[in-house]
Amino acid sequence: MTVAVEKPEQPQKPEQPRKTDSAPPAVAPAARVRRIGRGTVVAAILIAWLVLFAVLRGKQTLTLAAADLTDLHRWINDLNDSIGANRNSNPLFLYFFNEIRLVIDTLVTFVQELISQPSADRPLPQIGWLGVVGIAGYVSWAVGNWRVALLAVAGFTFFGLQGLWQESMDTLALTVSAVFVALLFAIPLGVWAGLSTRFNRVVTPFLDFMQTMPTFVYLAPLTLFFLIGGASATIATVIYAAPPAIRITAHAIRSVPETTVEAADSLGATRWQALLKVLLPMSKRTVVMGVNQSIMAALAMVTIAALIDAPGLGHTVLQALQSLDVGTAFNAGLAIVVMAIVLDRVTTAAAARQETGRLSNGRFAGLRRPLLAAGGVVTAVLVYMSHTYVWAAEFPGEGGVGSSVAKAADTTTTWVQDSLSGLTNAFRDALTNGLLNPFQSLLTDSPWWLVAAVLIGIGTVVGGWRAGVTAAVCVGLLLGTGLWSDSMTTLASTLVATVLVMLLGMAVGVWMGRSALADRVLRPTLDAAQVMPPFVYLVPFLALFGATRFTAIVAAIVYAAPVAIKIIADGVRAVPAATVEAATSAGCNTWQIITKVQLPMSRSALTLATNQGLIYVLSMVVVGGLVGAGALGYDVVAGFSQGQLYGKGLAAGLAIVLLGVMFDRITQAAARRVSA
Amino acid sequence: MATRIRQWRAGVAGLAVLGLALTACGGAKVGDESSGSDSSGDSGKCGTFNLAVNPWVGYEANAAVVAYVAENDLGCKVTKKDLKEEIAWQGFGTGEVDAVIENWGHDDLKKKYITDQKTAVEAGATGNEGLIGWYVPPWLAKEHPDITDWNNLDKYADEFKTSESGGKGQLLDGDPSFVTNDEALVKNLKLDFKVVYAGSETALIQAFRDAEKNKKWVIGYFYEPQWFMAEVPLVKVKLPEYKAGCDADAEKVACDYPVYKLDKIVSTKFAESGSPAYDLVKNFTWTNDDQNTVAKYIAVDKMTPEAAAKKWVEANRAKVDAWIK
Repeated sequence: MTVAVEKPEQPQKPEQPRKTDSAPPAVAPAARVRRIGRGTVVAAILIAWLVLFAVLRGKQTLTLAAADLTDLHRWINDLNDSIGANRNSNPLFLYFFNEIRLVIDTLVTFVQELISQPSADRPLPQIGWLGVVGIAGYVSWAVGNWRVALLAVAGFTFFGLQGLWQESMDTLALTVSAVFVALLFAIPLGVWAGLSTRFNRVVTPFLDFMQTMPTFVYLAPLTLFFLIGGASATIATVIYAAPPAIRITAHAIRSVPETTVEAADSLGATRWQALLKVLLPMSKRTVVMGVNQSIMAALAMVTIAALIDAPGLGHTVLQALQSLDVGTAFNAGLAIVVMAIVLDRVTTAAAARQETGRLSNGRFAGLRRPLLAAGGVVTAVLVYMSHTYVWAAEFPGEGGVGSSVAKAADTTTTWVQDSLSGLTNAFRDALTNGLLNPFQSLLTDSPWWLVAAVLIGIGTVVGGWRAGVTAAVCVGLLLGTGLWSDSMTTLASTLVATVLVMLLGMAVGVWMGRSALADRVLRPTLDAAQVMPPFVYLVPFLALFGATRFTAIVAAIVYAAPVAIKIIADGVRAVPAATVEAATSAGCNTWQIITKVQLPMSRSALTLATNQGLIYVLSMVVVGGLVGAGALGYDVVAGFSQGQLYGKGLAAGLAIVLLGVMFDRITQAAARRVSA
Repeated sequence: MATRIRQWRAGVAGLAVLGLALTACGGAKVGDESSGSDSSGDSGKCGTFNLAVNPWVGYEANAAVVAYVAENDLGCKVTKKDLKEEIAWQGFGTGEVDAVIENWGHDDLKKKYITDQKTAVEAGATGNEGLIGWYVPPWLAKEHPDITDWNNLDKYADEFKTSESGGKGQLLDGDPSFVTNDEALVKNLKLDFKVVYAGSETALIQAFRDAEKNKKWVIGYFYEPQWFMAEVPLVKVKLPEYKAGCDADAEKVACDYPVYKLDKIVSTKFAESGSPAYDLVKNFTWTNDDQNTVAKYIAVDKMTPEAAAKKWVEANRAKVDAWIK
């Protein structure tokens, strides 16, 4: 549930290819020879690895037992302790962290008292359900259109019917505060990154770090700095939700056509004028998409933030998990999904309006203003009533829908568990013994220097010398974390999961790309799979596959496959219809069209899907640690739970980041080469 | 044309407002009657009581009962905070947590916060006895009675093999925050087993539930008191007997876990505050059966913690009165 990477950077970004691929795209035959050459080299490396593995197996593997620590880990522990001991006397705390905390706490409390928590002298929040539903509908209509307004009203009412009104409002309050704070920083930083290539280059690694570092790792330190409760939860969410907004804002600014900027320059506009009058208005639509991604990322943090006492739906999910109550957890998870879908569609509609709004004709605009005013009055009345009357403040009814949802989920899970577990166990054993175990022992039982050499070598061959250097640095730092063996174990399951994600992605992606109907039916399911907190489906998966590495792999696939599927579907659809028709008239059958035309032509989408699939899989490593995957995920969870393992947990978090950065750079470089 | 439409719209809006206002007329107003929450009058003497709730159902049972009594008998305003142990202890120093009400050992935390930072103090035993050990599902203990002695475990190692255990028998361990010596035990008892970390209590319970239901071979770390025992009464495997000091060196442990006297920890500030809630925490004791009862209400019967606490308190008034006398 960690990384909710935004629309990945386009492979054909202007400045990058110029540098990495200085060689102009050679004439076709030459390029072909080179590509074959690359494949051969990779094969040679792999064969050499296997041979050396056979000889050197089990030597210099750098294993570390679950409770063992290195000096680095101990040093981090001591640092952590001394911060904790001095937090009441240190001026940095008194005048810096405490102030930040105070401001954010005030903001969160304000929003909570508005919609979710009883405020000082009232047993209920200031605005009750009727008011919130009214505002949601009105705002959605004002920024989007009446269709999303209807969706918003239906969605919000559904929370009440589920019996989760207050929990949903707590989650909403936290999301709103976090996104607000995130945008406060993200938009200026994004604009800066969009204007300055150098700043962009400086900030990118930090953004990578913020998105890939498992949340578990910084939850404990956050409570150390900002205490337990709303403020810490909000800050944890901000850390995770800001990067997509920064990246997308930067991207928006950068993609304003150069001619427009030049035109403004030639008219004598100053830099500020150009920014305020040209760049920002023209990139508004994309910036709204950034807001959208920020919201999605914030919602992904809901369950995790509940671990440091953030109230809301995440809390319900976690508590239900303690007694393995799948139904209740699913009900709360469903509320998160509904909220995500409502907020996603509303912001998407808002982005679309940015584009069409200016174009609409005068008659429409004339009508709109009185309508908005009238809607505003109605909303104000609703808010007033929900403030005053109990029936409009407290959602009526017992939340019967919620208990039927829970019951249905329970029944389904039990049925699936009972009828499929024999089948799933066989499948698990086949895959674990046939693929995962051999691959893992190849990675963990080879001497470390051999694996390191192979990683750097493949990185260089596939991604070019820059990617090779990145790989070398990452491998060096991985060794430094003292968790080499665990990293390799994690790497093995991550790669196996990615392969499965890609197989699934290709099958479903091609289907969706070729059939609009399939697309329309499957897309909401994919959205739901991405937003549903993984904690909800852990229990059924545990029943199906036991506490094993394979369970973690399946959980990762559920989370990562939707991204890969969507990217591949878009890639396949982008293949020009004329080309497909030409192939059809040349007598190709469907299978040939897919394999000879559509897949090869969407090759850059495939590499992009691999990149995103890998990073999404990696972000599930910690969740995997909760269901028996061990290795880095377990280290991170252990560090969060046990003081003396804190440093090790942090190091494990770093190792996950390093793996992520290494793969991201290699696959991106490879993607650029493919599309060049 | 435009003006007419505007008038029409305004008319509709006006009607809607009127209609809504009319329907609202009869409704009760917010704040008219205290809806369930007790009046602010008598919370003065106790004030706010910040109770940490660690993430397992047994703890939740303790917290539910203490919170219920504090609210209803002492008029405290109880704020429950859901936190993992490590973070809950951190909260003693910052004044955000007043009490941890079921502590399992955690000598490292005691040293850090009680001895070194002096932000916390002990508040006596809960009366619960924590048993940690290796457990097997009931069907297995019934079919192979000798399996409950560690000496015979190697005989069955093959049966416990899984895809995770690398050719040895699998010993399933749970959440990383649990106290465990299992890796050392397996090594020092020279067992043909490998410790596999399930990673969470949820995973552990699911494994045992599945094992009992489908007659699978599972042996793993578990503990009492635990609500799950009410559903599947797992059977403890006998390890070499515990003697004081036999677990002094973590590397060389070759004996069973001691019986943990679960206890309560409170923040120093809270202990000195004179709050009646502190006396309640200090006096609170009950048995494993008591806890399992309340935990079962919550986990199996799906009652809310408040309702579960109410049910138990009403049935055990004498015990409760002894805490708040």
